[in-house]
Amino acid sequence: MSAATGTLGSRTLTEASRQPDHTPWDGPKIRYDLAKEFVIALVVMALLAVVLAVVFSSPDDHPVTIRQWSQATPGDFLATAVTELDGSSGTAGYGPPYNPWAPGEGQKIFPIGLQRWAGVHIPVNTADDFVLSPLRIAAASDPTLHAAIARYTAAPADQQQAWTTAYTAAVAHVAVNGATVSLRPGRYGPVATMMTGLLGMARTGSLDADLLSSPQFYGTDYTKPLLFIADGSFLAAKGQAQHLSGDQWGMMNETGNFPGQAWLWLYTMWYQVSPFSTSANADALVWALMMLLTLGLLLVPFIPGLRSIPRVVPVYRLIWRDHYRRLAAEQQSLSTGAPRAP
Amino acid sequence: MIAALVDLSHPGHYLHWGFIQLSVANAVVILLMVIVFALAVAVPFRAGRKHR
Amino acid sequence: MSDTIRPAPAGPEPVVDEAGDSAVAGLAEPVVDDARPLPGDERMWSARLRGAAMRALPPGKLLPDRQPSYVASWVYIFGVLTLAAFVVILVSGAVLILKGPSWWHLSTTGLFFNSIHLWSVELFFFFMVLHLWGKFFMAAWRGNRALTWMTGVLCFVMSIGAAFTGYLSQQNFDSQWISTQAKDGLNSVGVGAFFNVLNFGQMLLWHVLLLPVAVAAIVGLHLLMVRHRGVVRPLPARGSRTGRHSAGERPAVAGTATAVADGGDR
Repeated sequence: MSAATGTLGSRTLTEASRQPDHTPWDGPKIRYDLAKEFVIALVVMALLAVVLAVVFSSPDDHPVTIRQWSQATPGDFLATAVTELDGSSGTAGYGPPYNPWAPGEGQKIFPIGLQRWAGVHIPVNTADDFVLSPLRIAAASDPTLHAAIARYTAAPADQQQAWTTAYTAAVAHVAVNGATVSLRPGRYGPVATMMTGLLGMARTGSLDADLLSSPQFYGTDYTKPLLFIADGSFLAAKGQAQHLSGDQWGMMNETGNFPGQAWLWLYTMWYQVSPFSTSANADALVWALMMLLTLGLLLVPFIPGLRSIPRVVPVYRLIWRDHYRRLAAEQQSLSTGAPRAP
Repeated sequence: MIAALVDLSHPGHYLHWGFIQLSVANAVVILLMVIVFALAVAVPFRAGRKHR
Repeated sequence: MSDTIRPAPAGPEPVVDEAGDSAVAGLAEPVVDDARPLPGDERMWSARLRGAAMRALPPGKLLPDRQPSYVASWVYIFGVLTLAAFVVILVSGAVLILKGPSWWHLSTTGLFFNSIHLWSVELFFFFMVLHLWGKFFMAAWRGNRALTWMTGVLCFVMSIGAAFTGYLSQQNFDSQWISTQAKDGLNSVGVGAFFNVLNFGQMLLWHVLLLPVAVAAIVGLHLLMVRHRGVVRPLPARGSRTGRHSAGERPAVAGTATAVADGGDR
């Protein structure tokens, strides 16, 4: 292997290598066709992507609809719907950005409550948005339902609470046959009628449409139907089955046997370990930690110790072994007085 | 999924080591990354070295 | 702007009329240094910007024909492979845009292009991480190249954001799951109030415009910096110094090839 020449650089390999890192290289150079390299890389990547697409295709699991949910697990749908009505659901008690903050709500990074500071920017009133407003649409052609809604909204808050609490207890043992809901006898007031009405809407798919298209015809914001679905167990069960849950390293995974997002390994890892795995503030704490670590990655050049790892781990010696060999050869020829290669 | 030679839509296979859970697919990708990196470091590079 | 005739620039005398065409028939086009501002124009913003750009990246540096002799490892191709994968992502994404976000659910051709888009993203991250590993083990931030490293990390982080919004735009079970899970992380730090992952319209627009433009801009900056500074020198063969400047120190061992490059990572 002949040494690269110094034709375009004025210095020998040894001299050029001694110059500071920030100076331009004026030692031996080789021809390197960047444009050609890019075109070859492009062709290779395009071909590789096409081959992978042909062989493996891509996943497309059908989305969950409220209709599906209400037909597959009507009991779970009813149990969720009543909590939306009485404000005890996950979404109802979420705090910002969906509803005003109440003590105990929201996550914090030690004393810092960013969730609360951000405020309510995506207002969701679960009782109105998920239950009463859709029901009023159906009630336009259903006098019984209309009367039930009127009776509920006219009742004092503690009476409403008594009805929903009784319903919540009973719905755990509900029997649903098609659109027919059978509860044990109890004092549910108008709530039972309302819930059955909502189930009827859900089973026909009109609840999916109503939640998406409010307040106007065109909808691209799925906040309401998604929050409602996520409050139930149906979506969560599907996620669990596909290994997508937070405690299953789910962030890294994809449905089926497809590769997912391996680059998120560190983000999801924290959720698997203490103290994050048991903390109510896990999301905020993990986010803060990952921001810190990302900053660390960004600032590697300035962090003593971290920036010295490459010198200690000798991967560089393999990468540049060619260069070191030629340096040694040049040193050899210099020290033996042999004529320098042209 | 239609139009795939190898159907990856079946329930995924997962590897478990202690608290680590890794899908076989992701494990394959990570393994390939390590192999490709090792090869890139080890295999001699001759292309583009025109001697004058 | 004055329309008065200005004196011809100093230097070689090509005959150039007002339209800039050479009027010297039969002779080879003279090389006119168009980059130099005319006398009196030096303070113009255009002239100064052009001058700064030309100084930072003269054409021979912007697209050189040669590299230092030490650029001789397959590790050096991971960057261009990442860039190539990025181009495939953009092109396949553009095809998906042509027919709208529902297309791939309803058409086998659409599904095919969605698959290309997905796999090119997997390839993109695959080679980007290998590129990161390579650059880390080469301590490529040395010699005033810290900003090159930092723009690279920014590329990585923004690409994750772009991929994330892509997963959210799928309109299938996966996007339902990812959005309802991710909302908690984002809401917990207040970001969710402004970046609503459940809002498909918002996520799709971020995914097809804002984030690709941002990623492309950072990638462009990163590439220009690599060309501006050149590829970093090899670490000293006997890497015993850990960040300390060692100017003037030369090992006195004959026959060894200890290159004494300037010590330190800066």
